[in-house]
Amino acid sequence: MTSLTIVRRIRARPSLVFDALTTSEGIARWWGPDDGPVLLAETDLRVGGRYRVRFRMLDGSEHESSGEYLEVVRPERLAMSWRWAGGEEDPGESLVEINLRAIAEGTELIFTHSRLHDEETRRSHEAGWNGALYKLERHFLASSEHRETQ
Amino acid sequence: MANYPEQLDRTFAALVDPTRRAILTRLEREHGVSVSELARPFAIKLPAVMKHLGVLDDAGLITRSKIGRTVTVRLSPEPMKEAMDWLRRYERFWSAGLDRLAAYAEGKEAEMREKGG
Repeated sequence: MTSLTIVRRIRARPSLVFDALTTSEGIARWWGPDDGPVLLAETDLRVGGRYRVRFRMLDGSEHESSGEYLEVVRPERLAMSWRWAGGEEDPGESLVEINLRAIAEGTELIFTHSRLHDEETRRSHEAGWNGALYKLERHFLASSEHRETQ
Repeated sequence: MANYPEQLDRTFAALVDPTRRAILTRLEREHGVSVSELARPFAIKLPAVMKHLGVLDDAGLITRSKIGRTVTVRLSPEPMKEAMDWLRRYERFWSAGLDRLAAYAEGKEAEMREKGG
C-alpha cells in the first residue's frame, strides 16, 4: 500500500510515449488530475537533472511538484523523485518509475508511484507491511471498487 | 491536491510495527478482545503490549472500553479509511493524467503514420 501501480496500453510506439512523458510540450498536454491547464513544465532530462511542473485544477487551486531524474533510458525506462512544492500537501519525497515495453499494438506503460510514506517505510524495514494493510483494507472497504495497488 | 492531514502520519506510523499490525489483524477477525487475550500470542510482556495499544489508540485505530476489571479492545475503521482515501487521490491524479497522455501519444502516432514514419 505504500505504492500505487497503474498499467496502460497505448497505441503509440514507446519513443513517442517516452517523449510525451519527458518533454515540456508533452507534459503540458496531460499532467494533472483534471482538465485544468499546466502552467509551467521544465525538464532537464538527464540523470541528476531536475523537472518542475505547475498546474491549475478546475477548482482554481494551483499545485506544483518537482524532483530529480534518477534513471533516463529512452525509450524504456524513467525514474524520478517526486515532491510537492511547499510541503503543505505531502511531506517527504516519493519515487515515480515508468517502464515502457514495446507490444504489438504499441506500448505497455507500467507506472509506479512508491515510497509514499517514505519516513515510516525506511524506519520499518518491514516487508510484511503491504500485505497486512491490504488485508485490513479489504475488511474496511469490502464493498469499494478494486484498484491496482501493491 | 492531496491534503496530508497529521492523522495520516499517526495512522501510517502506527501501522509500521509488526506487533501492532498483528494486533489489528486479530481484531479484524475477532470483534472485541480483552487485553490479556490479545497479549497471549506475543513473546512480550503485558506492559509492552499496553504501550502498543496506546499507540494504536492515539492513532484512533482501536477503542478500549473497561467493564469491571476487563478492558476490551475493538477495531476502529475511520483512520484506515482516511489513509485509503488519501492513496486513492493519488491514483485519480495519475490515472486521469495517463489517460490524457495516452490520447496525446496516440495522436502523435497517427500523425507520424500519415507522414509515413
